Amino acid sequence: MQNVMLNPALAQLSLIFVYAAMAFYTLSFLLHVWHVAVATSEKKSVRSGSSGAQKTALFVMGFAALIHGAAVVMRGVAAHRVPWANMYEFSLSGSFLIVLIFLTALAVKEIRIIAGFVNGFALLVLGAATTLFYVQVKTLAPPLQSYWLVIHVTVAVLATAFFNIAATLSIAYLLKGWSWLQKSEVFGTSLIRRVLKAFPNEEKLERLSYRFNVVGFILWSFTLIAGAIWAERAWHRYWGWDTKEVWTFIIWTIYAGYLHANATRGWSGRRSAWLALVGFAAVIFNFTIVNLFFKGLHVYSGLK
Amino acid sequence: MASSRPSDHVDSDDVVSPELGATGWLRWFWRQLTSMRTALILLLMLAAAAIPGSVYPQRSADPNGVTEFFRQNVDLAPVLDGMQFFDVYSSSWFSAIYILLFISLIGCVIPRSIVHAKAMMATPVDTPRNLSRMPAHAKFDGNTKTLANAEKLLRSARYRVIRRGDSISAERGYIRETGNLVFHVSLIGVLISVGVGGGMSYSGQRVLVEGETFVNNLASYDSFSPGVFFKESELTPFALTLDKFEAKFSLQPTDVGNPTDFRASVTSRVGATGQPVEGLIRVNEPLELPGSKIYLTGNGYAPVLTFRDRDGHVSFSGPVIYLPQDANYTSLGVIKLPDAKPEQFGVLSFFYPTRSELATGALTSSFPGPVAPSVTMSIYVGDLGLDNGVPSNVFSLSVHGLKQVAGGKKHPKVEIAAIGDTVTLPENLGTVTWDGLKRYASLDVDYNPGQVWVLLFALLALTGLTVSLLVPRRRVWVRKNSSGFEVAALAKGDDARLEQVVDGLVAQLSRKKK
Repeated sequence: MQNVMLNPALAQLSLIFVYAAMAFYTLSFLLHVWHVAVATSEKKSVRSGSSGAQKTALFVMGFAALIHGAAVVMRGVAAHRVPWANMYEFSLSGSFLIVLIFLTALAVKEIRIIAGFVNGFALLVLGAATTLFYVQVKTLAPPLQSYWLVIHVTVAVLATAFFNIAATLSIAYLLKGWSWLQKSEVFGTSLIRRVLKAFPNEEKLERLSYRFNVVGFILWSFTLIAGAIWAERAWHRYWGWDTKEVWTFIIWTIYAGYLHANATRGWSGRRSAWLALVGFAAVIFNFTIVNLFFKGLHVYSGLK
Repeated sequence: MASSRPSDHVDSDDVVSPELGATGWLRWFWRQLTSMRTALILLLMLAAAAIPGSVYPQRSADPNGVTEFFRQNVDLAPVLDGMQFFDVYSSSWFSAIYILLFISLIGCVIPRSIVHAKAMMATPVDTPRNLSRMPAHAKFDGNTKTLANAEKLLRSARYRVIRRGDSISAERGYIRETGNLVFHVSLIGVLISVGVGGGMSYSGQRVLVEGETFVNNLASYDSFSPGVFFKESELTPFALTLDKFEAKFSLQPTDVGNPTDFRASVTSRVGATGQPVEGLIRVNEPLELPGSKIYLTGNGYAPVLTFRDRDGHVSFSGPVIYLPQDANYTSLGVIKLPDAKPEQFGVLSFFYPTRSELATGALTSSFPGPVAPSVTMSIYVGDLGLDNGVPSNVFSLSVHGLKQVAGGKKHPKVEIAAIGDTVTLPENLGTVTWDGLKRYASLDVDYNPGQVWVLLFALLALTGLTVSLLVPRRRVWVRKNSSGFEVAALAKGDDARLEQVVDGLVAQLSRKKK
C-alpha cells in the first residue's frame, strides 16, 4: 500500500450515484406501499391489478440497486481498494449486498411481500451513511492493509444481510400472531390486519425466517473465526475481548440460543422469534453504538 | 418449529416425585442441567454476562482505562471491582456460566452420541401404518416393478434403504446428527486449547530504538505476562537488532498525515552461533522466529540528547523515548538526571516532528513526519527520589516537591530548534545538545502453542455446524396397498425440499411404469 493515488472526484461522483439510488429506492418504496394497499383492498376489481404494481416496484428496486452497485464500485476505484474500510463505506456496501441478496432470494417467491421492508431498510442505512457517517476517501491505515479485510468484512456483511431478512420475516410473524392486533378496534389496526393478510401464513414465515437465520449464523461463525485469525496477525493475539470481539461473541451466543430455542418445547414460535429480533438488535447495536461510542481497537468509523 | 429438535435427543422434563432420595435428586439435577432448555438459558445468560465487559474497561485489555475509571468514579469503582466488573471474562460468575454450559453440553452430547451410534448401525424404521399423516404424502399408480424401481432410485439418491414385504423404508442424512455432535465436541476442543494454550503462552513487550539489540531473556523485557504453566526455559535464545524504522504518511489532500506504512527492518540471530538474518516486521506481518512471533505494535521518535554540567561533564547521553500524544506525534519524553551537578534535576520534554504554533501561542505538531522538528523542555530541580531503591516509572516524573526552573509561563523557555544545536540551561545547570533523531519500535514477542489447536477445532466446529444445519435428515416410505401405491416423507429438523422429494418420486415412478 504505497503511493496510492486517491481520486476524490470519482468519490464525489459515487456520492451523487448514492443520492440517485436513494431517489429510486424511495420511488420503489412508495410503489411497494401502493402495491400492498391495492393487494389488500376489499374490492376484488382493485385487487386484481396488484401484481402489475408489484412488478413495477421490483423493477424500480432493481434499477436502484444497479445505480447503488455502480456507486459502490466507483467508491472502491476512487480509494484503490475494497470500499468497506470505514462506517460510511461499510453502510454503502452492506446495504447494497442486502438488496442484492434479497433480489437473488426472490427465487423463493414467498418473500416478495417483504420487498418494501428491505427497500425501506436500505434507504434508512443510506440516509444514515450520507448524513451521519460520511467521510472523504482515505488511504488504508496499516492495520487494515490485509486481505482479511476482504474476507472478514465481506462475510460479516453477508451475515448481516441474512439476519436482516430473517428479522423482517420474524416481525411479520409476530404481528400476525399478536392477538391484541387481531382483535383491536383501534383506528388503523384493521388496515394493518389487511396488509398482514397479504403475507404468507405464520408457519411459512417462521420457517423462512429460520432458514435465513441459519445461513446468517453459519456466516457469522465464519466472521468470528476469520476475525480471530486476522487479530492474531494484526494485534498479536487471536482473542482479547476487545469491545467489538465481545459483541461479535454476544451476537453469536444469542443466535446459538435462537437455534436451541427452535428445538425446545415451549420456546419455538414466538419466543424464538423474539430471540431472533434481539439478535438482530444486537447486530445493529454492534454496528452503530459500539462503533461510535465504545472504546476499543476496532476504531475504523473514520469519524472524529 | 418443534420438528427441528434432533429427534434422537431426549429432552427430559420429568415430574419430580416427592420420595426422591439423594441419588434421585442428583439424577433429577443432572437431567435438568443437560436439558436443551437449560442450555438455552445458559447461552442467553452468557450473552448477558458478556455485556459489562464492553461497557467497563477491562484490566486485561485496557489497564489504563481501569485506573482512569477509578480516578473518575471514586465511590462506584470499588463496588464494581468487588463484583469483578473490571475482570469480567475471568470473573467467578462468568466462569460459572460457561463451565455449567460446557458440563451441560457434555451431558447432552454423550447420550446423544450413543443413540446416534446405534441409529447408524440400525436399519431404517418400519413403515408406519398411516402414511397419510406424514407431512408430505402422495398416492400414485404403479406396477410390479415399482417397488424395485423405488428402491433403486432411493439408493442412487444415497438413502439407506430396506425392503420389508410390500413396503420400502429409506433414510438419509445421518451426517446431520454427526455434524451436530462434531460441532459440540469441537467446542470442548476449543475451550481446552484456549485454556492449555493460554497457560503455556507468554507475551512480552519491548521498546527498541534504531541500532539497539534485544536478547530474548526475562530481564530484557519492559513488561512480561506469562501463562500459569510458563517456564523461563521456554524462551528460545535469539537476539534481534532494529536496524531501521520507516514510517510513511499520506500527503494527499483528503487525508494528510494518515499513516500508510510502518516498516521495522531487523536482523535476527537464533541461538548462540546463529547467522544474522535480515527481516522485516510490519503491522499484519509479524516476524516468525522459532518458538515465538514478533509483532510491531507501536512506534515513535527517540531524539538523541546529551546533557553536560557547567564543567563539561556528561550527566546523560543517549536516545530518549518520547511517547506520542496525538495523531501528529506531538510526543512526551521524560529524562531523569540523578548524577547532574550541582543538583539532581528532571525534564519533562515535548517533541514536535513538525513544529507549528497555535493562535494561543501554544506549540503543536501539524504533521507526523519530521519536517520541522523541535524539542522543548520543562526542568524541575530537586530530589528525584531515585536513591531510595523504590522502582519508579521511567516514563513519568512526579514533580511534587521539585522546583520548576524552566518551561511554562513563568520560567525561561528551553527550546532546541534544530538537530545539532546546543542550548544553555538556566540556573547554571549546564547545556543540552540535540545530537540526532532516531525512531523506535514497540515490539511484542508472543508465544501461544494453543492457538493452532484453537483454529483447528474452530474450523472443525464450523464444518460440523454447516453440515448439521444444511444437510436434511429425511425418512421416505413407499408402500403398495390394495388400491395402488403410497409415498410419504418425514423430516427430522428443517427440510425445505420435503414435498419436492415426494413429488419427484411420484413423477419418476409413474413415468417408469409406462
